[in-house]
Amino acid sequence: MKYLDEFRRPEQIAALLQEIRRITRRPLRFMEVCGTHTMAIARWGLKRLLPEEIELVSGPGCPVCVTANPDIDRAIALADIPEAIIATFGDLMRVPGSLSSLNGQRARGRDIRVVYSPLDALSLAEEFPKNKVIFIAVGFETTAPTLAATIKEAYVRGLANFFALSLHKTVPPALATLLDLGEIKLDGFILPGHVSAVIGSKPYEFIPKDHGLGCVITGFEPADILQAILLLVSQANALAPRVEIQYRRGVNPAGNRIAREIMAEVFAPAPGLWRGLGMIPESGLELRDRWASFDGGRTFPVELPQAKESPGCRCGEVLRGLISPRECPLYGRLCTPEEPHGPCMVSTEGSCAAAWKEEI
Amino acid sequence: MCVAVPARVKEVLGTQAEVEIGGVARRVSIQFTPEAKIDDYLLIHAGFSIHRIDDDEAKEMLKLLANMEGDGL
Repeated sequence: MKYLDEFRRPEQIAALLQEIRRITRRPLRFMEVCGTHTMAIARWGLKRLLPEEIELVSGPGCPVCVTANPDIDRAIALADIPEAIIATFGDLMRVPGSLSSLNGQRARGRDIRVVYSPLDALSLAEEFPKNKVIFIAVGFETTAPTLAATIKEAYVRGLANFFALSLHKTVPPALATLLDLGEIKLDGFILPGHVSAVIGSKPYEFIPKDHGLGCVITGFEPADILQAILLLVSQANALAPRVEIQYRRGVNPAGNRIAREIMAEVFAPAPGLWRGLGMIPESGLELRDRWASFDGGRTFPVELPQAKESPGCRCGEVLRGLISPRECPLYGRLCTPEEPHGPCMVSTEGSCAAAWKEEI
Repeated sequence: MCVAVPARVKEVLGTQAEVEIGGVARRVSIQFTPEAKIDDYLLIHAGFSIHRIDDDEAKEMLKLLANMEGDGL
């Protein structure tokens, strides 16, 4: 496909790797904070190709993985509302909450549907006017504008049976928290391409300024990721950290103004609960009062079980980059993609699922 | 989750467009990229176009990579 295959050629990969080897002078650790990058790195086996001085670690970049158990529990509880149809992206289905999962609810006869777009959930609301369609919305700034636009569309169409539980989160506050914790030593960030297509490069400027770390907004093909690593090594060598855009075909420095305006019209920043990072101020997105009638969380108060984690699951530390998936005692023994214990193994773009993929 | 795939615009229909993704036709919203026109490539995420791909930038990168390959040989 155009714009994909051209950036996957073995000759490019070889040339980029040679250049990375040539300029790398010391051990460097870079963190990617996008599940799609985690997956691409595993898919193309990039960790094995890079010189051993370069270490890649995954951060809190998989939206399903960073969704905390009380929020998963709320989604699960909403399925018990009479006449409810729960619509959500597929990855969330198998994530275990404290007592059950959405899949478990489906097995109990609850109506749970996997959709590709929030607009599909809107169509369900139109198709089943007597039901209450509740869209469980996870995702970062790439996805949040699509829900914002869908809620506005629900208003225009006068659909009173469409609701959303917004578990959306924003990336920069999580990076700030991760850096303030100071638990992990990093030399730079491989920043998410499609989050940045919306927010642009400015929200990351505190990273070089306050923390002295290089940042490269990166595309998703192997040549993109390797070129970003080359740029990060150059920044580290020159002791000149800044926010660079490698993925220029996919990101404007100013981001997408229209998408951001629609997002700001519908959502207000709110505290967001992250698995592994805890409550982070202004990292969540809640529906503004004007749109409260579409807010599944406010419309349907539910009783939540006492939140508890899967025993032994170390997803929280994996998401902070503190341990690799293989360092978790459950990994590959009690926790596999077929029988996952934690969300990092459930989600196709979780670090544990990616590590597993690298091994087979 | 933040996957977005390049799709070619076949027809613009107001705030929507008929696009082709790897040979498959799909209707998407182009309200975030109203500048989209026929034969443009858009990045599609969850049924919405989030960006119009900048072909000049893509060519620029390919040129840079080609030079790098040339140097290595």
